[in-house]
Amino acid sequence: MVEVKTEILSKYKAKVFKSRKDHILEVDSSKAQEIAANTRAIPGIMTNRGCCYAGCKGVVLGPLKDTLVLTHGPIGCGFYSWGTRRNKARPDENGENFVQYCFSTDMQEPDIVFGGDKKLRKALQEAYEIFHPKRIMICSTCPVGLIGDDIHAVAAWAEKEFNITCVAFSCEGYKGVSQSAGHHIANNGLMKRIIGTDDREVEGKYKINLLGEYNIGGDGWETERILKKVGYKVVAIFTGDGALADIARSHKADLNLVQCHRSINYVAEMMRDAFGTNWLKVNFIGLKATADTLRNIATFFGDSSLMDRTEEVIEEEMAAIAGDVAYFKNRLEGRKAAIFVGGSRSHHYQELLRDFGVTTVLAGYEFAHRDDYEGRRVIPNLKEDADSKNIENLVMSKDMRYRAFLSPERAAELKEKIGLENYEGLITDMPDGTFVVDDLNHYETEAFIELLKPDIFFSGIKDKYVIQKGGVLSRQLHSYDYSGPYSGFKGSLIFGRDLTMGLYAPAWKLVSPPWAQKNEKLSQDGLLREDSDA
Amino acid sequence: MLDQTPKELIKRDGLRINPLKTCQPVGALYAALGVKKCMPHSHGSQGCVSYHRTFLTRHFKEPAIASSSSFTEGASVFGGGANLRSSVKNIFDLYDPDIIAVHTTCLSETIGDDLNSYILEMEIPDDKLVVHCNTPSYVGSHIHGYANMVAGFIKYLADKNAPKNEKLGFFPGFVNPGDLREYKRLLELMGVEFIMLPDQTGVMDSPMTGVYEMFPKGGTTIEEIRALGGVKEALAMGDFASTEPALVLKSKCGVETKVLPLPFGVEGTDKFLMELSRISGNPVPKVLEEERGRLIDLMLDANPYFYAKRCSIFGDPDTVLGILSLALELGMKPIHLITGTPGELFERKAKEILAAYGLEGEGRVKSSGDLFELHQWIKNDGSDLLIGTSYGKQIAKAEDLPFVRAGFPVLDRYGHAYEPLLGYQGGLILAKRIADTIMDRMDRDVLDEDLEVVM
Repeated sequence: MVEVKTEILSKYKAKVFKSRKDHILEVDSSKAQEIAANTRAIPGIMTNRGCCYAGCKGVVLGPLKDTLVLTHGPIGCGFYSWGTRRNKARPDENGENFVQYCFSTDMQEPDIVFGGDKKLRKALQEAYEIFHPKRIMICSTCPVGLIGDDIHAVAAWAEKEFNITCVAFSCEGYKGVSQSAGHHIANNGLMKRIIGTDDREVEGKYKINLLGEYNIGGDGWETERILKKVGYKVVAIFTGDGALADIARSHKADLNLVQCHRSINYVAEMMRDAFGTNWLKVNFIGLKATADTLRNIATFFGDSSLMDRTEEVIEEEMAAIAGDVAYFKNRLEGRKAAIFVGGSRSHHYQELLRDFGVTTVLAGYEFAHRDDYEGRRVIPNLKEDADSKNIENLVMSKDMRYRAFLSPERAAELKEKIGLENYEGLITDMPDGTFVVDDLNHYETEAFIELLKPDIFFSGIKDKYVIQKGGVLSRQLHSYDYSGPYSGFKGSLIFGRDLTMGLYAPAWKLVSPPWAQKNEKLSQDGLLREDSDA
Repeated sequence: MLDQTPKELIKRDGLRINPLKTCQPVGALYAALGVKKCMPHSHGSQGCVSYHRTFLTRHFKEPAIASSSSFTEGASVFGGGANLRSSVKNIFDLYDPDIIAVHTTCLSETIGDDLNSYILEMEIPDDKLVVHCNTPSYVGSHIHGYANMVAGFIKYLADKNAPKNEKLGFFPGFVNPGDLREYKRLLELMGVEFIMLPDQTGVMDSPMTGVYEMFPKGGTTIEEIRALGGVKEALAMGDFASTEPALVLKSKCGVETKVLPLPFGVEGTDKFLMELSRISGNPVPKVLEEERGRLIDLMLDANPYFYAKRCSIFGDPDTVLGILSLALELGMKPIHLITGTPGELFERKAKEILAAYGLEGEGRVKSSGDLFELHQWIKNDGSDLLIGTSYGKQIAKAEDLPFVRAGFPVLDRYGHAYEPLLGYQGGLILAKRIADTIMDRMDRDVLDEDLEVVM
């Protein structure tokens, strides 16, 4: 067999070769492996990455339903991030749901030349008159930073003028190297201005926040259903179907559950330092993963009735779906998958695929940092570069309201036992001989398919039809192809069904016309011949 | 759905809500995909092109390739020249297109990057080309971006010394591949030889074969663009999308050009065919006259269901004007016409078309509008039917209106890009869509005793 990495890199000329070689590795558990990540995309090389604005507005702030998120910039950015990320939300008790709307200052040439803050003030005035929101978040796009509009001063003015909460986020697209910078900026804003601003007590036992759950396709609702069934009180969700009103009280929770490590670990760390809230990396994607996660959370609280209830729920939920899971596993077992998504799902979904007997031969993140690959132990060694040092790194000191839920001894014990406040990363979870690639690009996607021959390639919409035109099933793991939820117990089943449906689509068999030679590259076609009873 | 939208209209000067347009670069990207072996390139932060590729892919359900200069904060301060140079080198090295079509973004426009001199001074392999156009996102809309990119190809490539040829230069406007195929069929039936720029057929509607090709078969060739300089005359379809390239071709190569509306409906198609007849000297063939007759047959047959229906039409300006013409021919009563693209020409043209049907001064007509405003109009005036892009589905749900999808983008249904809406055939498809939607709604809403098996 050709050495895969060498083969992939052989198409690159010197400079690109140098930039890409450390972003690709073949897993070898006998060595401590290092991967390059969170570095600049290479101009001209088709990356799947988006920008800082997409991470701040699109990912973290966009899903908030009780908040009017105003994009300050020309029309495109606001338009593209409107209704396209599937962060579902139901209206709150006041009937408010801003998620269905797109708000923009739609800057025009004179605003660029003479400054856009006048128009921004006008837009805020109009937004207030029409909607009377209690909370407005302003997100800036590229030209705003370049012309120097002081959006923070305008936000301060709006707070006084309308007696509302108004926070500005300088998340211009050129900042950082990907969406990741925007996540961080959004995290900082939430921490500085929202978290801990409402001290009313939260009723209930076992109080938790769910962090990094954006309710794509209703994932958050399935997760919340399970958590409530066990007996947890969910104080706030960051930020799918979330509300700033809840996030303001999130410091009242006993534990932060971190689903998407990349986009929200900053809040988890900052809340730990300021309020003493412990955090736990969880994964509600996958059957075993969900069960393990539930057990870990129960262990954190250490209450035997809670642990018993947890086992009850797991048993009941598993029993309800066991027959269907077995059916789909029978259809899917032995298939090979590749996964390339944002910052945590490429890890989470391997667990769900394993439940169905599907192995992952290639995985990568679009905008992760080294800790998402190698584990948090590398964080102290990460070097700041020109791009990352411009993103503010908030250091929190203990708040007056700091309270430790665990004794120091118990905390140390749980670090060992359930990985409290740690994330081991993607690489340790992948078998030797599989591949990990950071910021996988268009060419590498095609080349890896050729060399590794996966049956399914999970990616996003930009790749989907590239892959499918080449004869390999592609499912979107950003949008779930408008299906879902995929989380928890019920979601696993929907995922199994969707995957089976895709692989067994009758049209795969029809691609090669009867008068032409069969296209040998069509992996689906071959698989289906054996399973023609499907 | 949209529960916070009040009925009361408040004048807005600063706030855009639920836009009915997007920015120039995505239009430029679509135009560039209509040139053979062309890599569209976005000179800005990579977030722009990520959004644009996503958006186009969601409409066409096809790969939409494009690269980016991937600006960092440094490039935004010191200029993007170095990023463009490495982009061009990397693109030719790895993807090997024949041509790179660069468009700008609000980022590179705001810092004043001079693309003309960057391209003049950079190293480009001998048999390769780099062209550009300026597409500041804070001016106009995606329609202007499309027009600017088509004009950009002409500025760089159309050769005023090209040998004279008997062909027609043809600018199709911002339409789907299905429409482009229909144009080609009509041009061929009329015996008109033509050069169409751009031509996304074969690219944005490429067949499933099991082999992915980054540069599929379709697209206008570079040779054809050069030869545009020597065409007999040119037709530009759609005032908003095609006037700019027509003007540039005339000023650069002296080609006489004529701008026509998109050929929607009977009279729009009649006018188009008669123009082709004048150009080729050929009469309109029987087969097209028969198609015309079939469309009119359907219009008369289903007339009771169209008659006096108060409809709201929204979308891109040339498309809305085209649908307006067909709607009037069907006997409907358009009461709301709105586009997000700026240009009072839209209002003037729409009012002219309405006046021809005795509806002067009636209804609301607006350019630079948005869907929030349209929704408010509907809350005030009511409406029987909504015709436009996928974003209208929120309003349709909120107000329980029958809704016909037409125009760009249709993100939530399949196969739309394959179906023409122009020409007599397109008219048939759109009229059928409208009739089906109205009649399905009647069936849904009638009492059991009133349900008709025959209608």
